[in-house]
Amino acid sequence: MLAFAVVRPSGLPEAVLAVPVAGLAIATGAISLDHARAEAERLGPVVGFLAAVLVLAHFCDVEGLFQACGAWMARWAAGRPVRLLTAVFALASAITAVLSLDATIVLLTPVVFATAARTGVRPKPHVYACTHLSNTASLLLPVSNLTNLLAFAASGLSFTRFAALMALPWLVAIGAEYVVFRRFFVHDLAAAAPVGADPGEAPGLPSFALVTVACTLAGFVVASAFGVQPAWVAAAGALVLAGRALVRGRATAPTVVRAAAPAFLAFVLALGIVVRAVVDNGLADVLGHVVPEGTGLPALLGIAALAAVLANLINNLPAVLVLLPLTAPAGPGAVLAVLLGVNIGPNLTYAGSLATLLWRRIVHQHEHGVDLREFTRLGLLAVPSSLGVAVVALWGSLQVL
Amino acid sequence: MRVIAWLVEGTWPACVDAVRGHAPDGAEVVLLHVGGEQVPGLAHGAFAGLLGRGAVERDPGDLVERLGGSSAAELLAAAAERLGRPCVREERSGRVEREVVAAAEGADLLVLARDGDRSRLGPKSLGPAARFAVDHAPCPVLLVWPEAAPGLGTIPPPPHHP
Repeated sequence: MLAFAVVRPSGLPEAVLAVPVAGLAIATGAISLDHARAEAERLGPVVGFLAAVLVLAHFCDVEGLFQACGAWMARWAAGRPVRLLTAVFALASAITAVLSLDATIVLLTPVVFATAARTGVRPKPHVYACTHLSNTASLLLPVSNLTNLLAFAASGLSFTRFAALMALPWLVAIGAEYVVFRRFFVHDLAAAAPVGADPGEAPGLPSFALVTVACTLAGFVVASAFGVQPAWVAAAGALVLAGRALVRGRATAPTVVRAAAPAFLAFVLALGIVVRAVVDNGLADVLGHVVPEGTGLPALLGIAALAAVLANLINNLPAVLVLLPLTAPAGPGAVLAVLLGVNIGPNLTYAGSLATLLWRRIVHQHEHGVDLREFTRLGLLAVPSSLGVAVVALWGSLQVL
Repeated sequence: MRVIAWLVEGTWPACVDAVRGHAPDGAEVVLLHVGGEQVPGLAHGAFAGLLGRGAVERDPGDLVERLGGSSAAELLAAAAERLGRPCVREERSGRVEREVVAAAEGADLLVLARDGDRSRLGPKSLGPAARFAVDHAPCPVLLVWPEAAPGLGTIPPPPHHP
């Protein structure tokens, strides 16, 4: 099934195979009906949360948030490559944290490229920054990454405690990336020559989207204080933005449903059930010997490294599903260490994992001309340094908070 | 006489100025920009890493490719204006260094800018793409500094032989 998800023959959604395989796993008794139901009940709120965040990001784009980001970056950087890199780091980190990594990859990356090209700056470091930060900056909130949502459900942490524990690791990991980028791309960042005199259109403030997102964030904190599922808050925020677009005729009911990516949601549910079946049928025993025990600094480093390696082999989504049941009994510290590994780790491999990369090679999709040596050299510098400081920061946060 | 000026974001004005200074009046000038596949490839790869998202039409790499085409056209337009004489604009895409060499076939002069460490004189002032073009160019090459060249003092002292 994992192979199918990577291969995706004739562009079929991954859910086309994942859902029947999950059904088969239940039918053949590979996973008991109780376990399957427990897994579905656990993943239900996660999937709802995910749908809400996807809708929220989509309609922020409709409101013009990402275009405004491009205009802000262009004005603030004024054709200076290093300033543009700093702006990209700030915006990509914020957008990844609040609107999830999908928003940074799908919506922000083209805007960053266009901004760099329009202001006469070589776009490579800035586009690289988007791809790296979509992973590294997705540590902060449960909504930032699907892996976080899964771990959040398993960790038993409140929304605010999750964010509080991850704030320092998030900051130091981004800081480490920034230092690596400044050094790695020093020559590209030294070249600047403006093309034309187009300063970009005056940035209109998409205030409605910004206020809605800010209220949603505040709602997360309030809801978690009162023990309300934060997924409801996300749903409310998504409904407000989608409702406004519907009223203004800028969206139809089908576009709202498409924005929630129902096939993706079904895939997540099915993947969860299948991975549970695999874990139940022996993988737990095998990996149980490898996962370090305890929550001291060496154990956290070991867990994060293991998670990073696994994410690079089979993609971080299955990796986190495999590692969660093994680490959850050791407490939130171990679970968060898994997240550091599976979120930062994928920067090491082009396309996020060797499984995906291998398949792209087989079907010659690698003919995109990406210099894999450069990609990997950057990853070898950025991943160990940002992961290392992040784990130490997590360990520190766990001691203090 | 046919002069090819290879223009890259950030360093192209120096190449245009070199053509103005060194190409004879009657020469045919070609302003060349090569769109790399690397940057769209990064976006393609990041999207491929998002497992389970389906919908290939959301792949941001395709949009980046299209945007790259229009920004190349803008760069060439700005360069033609700076040149201020008749010229041909040529856009290519593919492996940058190889496209440059191919475009220089049959030309009488290739003008290009240093793209490496420009803080000191020396071999590192050429990045991999310019290095390849200089090493493989099938015609005379005019290699320019994008900014003022660093002083001779940036050359390390000769090795000490006892």
